[in-house]
Formats: sequence, C-alpha cells, structure tokens
Amino acid sequence: MLRVELRKRRGNFTLDVAFSAPTPGVTALFGRSGCGKSTLISLIAGLLPADGGRVTVGEDLLFDGTRHVSVDARHRRMGVVFQDARLFPHLSVRANLEYGTRRLAREAARPIAFDDVVSLLGLEGLVARRPHQLSGGEKQRVALGRALLAQPRLLLLDEPLASLDMARREEVLPYLERLRDAFSMPIVYVSHQFDEVLRLATRVVLLDAGRVVADGDIATVSRDPRLRAIVGPDSVGAVVAGHVERVDASGLAGVRVGDAEVTVELDGAVVGQRIQIQVLARDVIVASELPRGLSVRNVVAARVVSVTPDAGRSVMVELDIGGASTLLARVTARASDELALVADKRVWALIKAVSLRGHAFGVPAA
Amino acid sequence: MLLSPEETEAVALSLSIAARSVAFNLPFAIAVAWLLTRAQFAGRTLFDAFVHLPLVLPPVVVGYLLLVVFGVRGPIGGWLYEHFGIRLAFTSTGAALATAVMSFPLVVRAIRISLENVDRGLEDAARTLGAGPIDRFASITLPLMAPGILAGAIIAFAAGLGEFGAVITFAANIPGETRTLPLALYTALQTPDGDAMAARLAAISLSLGLAGLLIAEFLSRLMRRRLGR
Repeated sequence: MLRVELRKRRGNFTLDVAFSAPTPGVTALFGRSGCGKSTLISLIAGLLPADGGRVTVGEDLLFDGTRHVSVDARHRRMGVVFQDARLFPHLSVRANLEYGTRRLAREAARPIAFDDVVSLLGLEGLVARRPHQLSGGEKQRVALGRALLAQPRLLLLDEPLASLDMARREEVLPYLERLRDAFSMPIVYVSHQFDEVLRLATRVVLLDAGRVVADGDIATVSRDPRLRAIVGPDSVGAVVAGHVERVDASGLAGVRVGDAEVTVELDGAVVGQRIQIQVLARDVIVASELPRGLSVRNVVAARVVSVTPDAGRSVMVELDIGGASTLLARVTARASDELALVADKRVWALIKAVSLRGHAFGVPAA
Repeated sequence: MLLSPEETEAVALSLSIAARSVAFNLPFAIAVAWLLTRAQFAGRTLFDAFVHLPLVLPPVVVGYLLLVVFGVRGPIGGWLYEHFGIRLAFTSTGAALATAVMSFPLVVRAIRISLENVDRGLEDAARTLGAGPIDRFASITLPLMAPGILAGAIIAFAAGLGEFGAVITFAANIPGETRTLPLALYTALQTPDGDAMAARLAAISLSLGLAGLLIAEFLSRLMRRRLGR
C-alpha cells in the first residue's frame, strides 16, 4: 500500500493532496491537464522536493516533512514511466532495459526476470535496436520494461499514452492490462482520458486545481458530478462491475451486475472474470412499464434514487439496480415529468448490448 | 611537394602543440561549461565574461599575462619551478598552454551548447532507475554531450595549429621547441629568399585547417546519426 500526503507551492499554484493506492491494483489519478497530476508524480518519486507531508510504502517511510526525512529518488525504488518515454538515445534497447538492473546492489533480490519482462511486453524483436528505430508505442513498452527491471516496489505511470495517437494507444493498452494482472504491486496511473481509466483502474482519485475532490472505487467516482464536469456531458456514464456468468458463441457475454444479468460484447471472455462496464447516461432508456417486443437485450428492473437537473433541458436520473450497483440515465425533463420520475419509483432501465463494451480484469483462478 | 627538415619540424611541432593544448583544455572546459549551464552561484556573469576574455583580448596581452603568472618569477610558474623544476615559459609545453588559453572559450562554447541540449528528463529517468549524480553524468550526460565535445576539440585543434601572438610572447620563437607553423612562416618572411618557403608553409596551414573543419563536420554527423537525431 502506497500512502501519500503531500504539499507543494509553486508560484500561485498550491498542491495539497492525500490518497492511498492498494497492493495490487491500479489507482488512477484523474483530472484535467494542469491540475497538478504530473507534479504529484514527481513529488512521490522524489524528483521534486515537497514542502511538507508524508510518503510511505508498506512499512517504509520515504518522506516526512516534519521529521526531515527524504529518501533520494534513486533509493525510492519507484518505477516511473513518463509521457515521453525518456529512453536513453545513445544506448540500445537492451542496455536501456538493463540500466536499472545493473545499478541494483549485488545482494538485492531480482524477482522480475529479464526474459519474463521481454515476453510480457512483446519486446523480443526490439532488444537489439536503438530507441530512434522504435515507434511511439514500442518506446513506451520499452520504458515500462526498463522501469520493471529496476525491481521497483510500485509503478508510477505518468500519462504513458498521452503522446500516442489512437491506434498506438490501442496497441499499448493490452500490455498495460497484462502488466497489471501479472505483478502484485501498487500502480498509480495518471490520465486525463476516462476510457483508459475504465480499462485499467479499479480506484479513482479525482484531482482538481491541486486538490483531491473525490476518491473511491471507480463505480462511485463515475457517478460523481465533479467527474461529469471534467469528462463532458456526452461521456458521462456510471461504471458497473460484475463477473462473467455465461459466454455464447457469438461473442456476447452475460455479466452478473447487481441483481441483473447484463449482456455485453466481450472478446475472449472467460467465465468468472471480473468485468468493468461503463453505461453511458445517454444510452439508457427509462420505462415505467415492462416493454415487450424490443430488440434491446438488457431490460433491468430499477428503483429511482434521485432526479437532478442536468445540462440543457435534460435531467440526470440515478437508478439503483440492486447489489449496490447504480446506473445514470439522461432523459429530457419533459420525459421525466410524463413518467412521473421521483425517488423510490420502480422503473425499467433499457440498454442496448451493442452500446456496451466490457473490460476484463485478470484471469480467474482455474 | 617535399618539405625541408625545417618545415617538417614546424608542422610536427604545430600538430604536437595543438594536440597537447586540446588535452589541457577538455577537462577544464567540460567543468566550466557545466558550471555555466547547471550551477547557480554569485558572480556567474562575471565568470562567464572572464572565460570569454581571450576572444576579445589581443593575443599579445594574453601571452604577457601568462608570463606574469606562469613565468619563473610568477606566482604559479615560480612555485612549479621551485618544487618540480618545471619551466613553462619558452618551452613547447608553455606554447601548448598559451594555445590552450586562446582556444578555451571556443571549446567551452561548443561544449556548453551540447550540454544545454541534453534533456534533463533523461537524467531524472536515470535517477529513478538508481543512478547517483556522478553515475548519471558519466552514463547519460557525458555521452550525450559527446558530439559537442568532439566538435570543440577539433575546432580547438585546428585553431591551435595557427596560434601566433600568445605563443611568441610567452614561449618565444625557438626552432624545434616553439617555432610552430605560423612562427616559421613569420620567420621565413623576415629572411631574404624565404618567399618560397613562406608560400609552402601557408599552403600547409590552409590544407590542415580545411581538413580539420571537414573531419569535424563528418564526425559530428556520424555521432548525430548514432544518437538518432
């Protein structure tokens, strides 16, 4: 477990943040550009001196402002991957990968082996090359491998995909998922793209103007109005988590979410796997009676929790679908009035299976 | 074109003195470039100006100041002579020192530009991977500065072949000891019937200078390619 409590003043910008990241799992630091995410990573890694606070990993104290403890960055054993990869241009990929390993104390344990990292990140064909011969996605994979081979106790990933185009991001994301599932260490993932967070993280720390404004599991934070303000109205949607119950030949999977079974498109799903799904608020239809003869795959019994005004002429309806799972639905104010949506009313939530994409976490124990 | 023994001697001496001046220069130039780029200290601007003085001073003034400081009665020269029996004034080592002082600002400039272009982010990355300050400098910063260091060294070498004023003032014009190409050329011009020799020496100077500049350009391209720029 990484525990962070840090303060830093820079000009008229003040960062004052406290959060923790459990082992294992990905904790996302999410926020707009300029909210202090990268500064926070530099402070945690010890590359920037903090004004005050405390950083611990498990039992180890790495920084304490009041006791004047500050372990140098080179002894913190934090694997950092930067937005711009920062591979050493004069060294081969192999020498880059081994840079940290070579600097470990002779007696230090090396549980993360070179060959394992190379095969996990698909670097087999790259080790003999030089950094300038790599694509952006390949550079980031090498940077991840280099950080891992220094045998870190945790990973700090500072927007590792931000400098890549869409296609390259899609190429690197599966490797990040594999890395998350393969290593038991806290991973802090900085991003301003919610789809990346959805695929990788189970916990989200929401930052705004140098402060933590929300902190919790992704399902809870996904419904936070302050997140809505950051991602924009079209990307608002509750995240729900569940486990795969059935997989059919056509690639549709039945996922148990709360009391309902939700059908989603999911490639290569395995029964028992944990799945995260974002249900966009604009894709949810609310019905006051059970409809018949519809193509919609997912018709879920729900209870209205709240109805709050939203952007324009619409309202945001929060729907409890049982098992501590909640959906958000955006409907027009007029529809809400006609259906008489008020708290505790029983309704049906309709969601097209093709509008849902599940993201798998880990492989279930056989 | 066959050279007389005198001319061969002047060329060999020039090459040797220029090479030694580069060797004197590099460690100090790297240290000074690092101070001027990375360190914050009081009087930095004054120090910067002091380093660049040889560019604007008449070479004779530099030679005179060297005599004052490094001559056998000077504070440093006297100490060296007393304790180690080393005499700099009027020797080829002294000529190399005078040459080094004259080309020092050129070398510092070249190295400084290359150091300014080194991405500090790479040093940060090395730090998170467990490298200490000296290790980071040796394994990351110095190799990335290499093109600038090389360029500085070659420019200093080429310029060092032709240093005149400071050398003749501090080290005099001693055949076989400090009579380098330009000094030999000057001497030839003072001698009756020396015209042919002066022309040959001028041609040699020209070719050596041109070759130095071409080699510098070629090597710096090669290094850039290796760094992928």
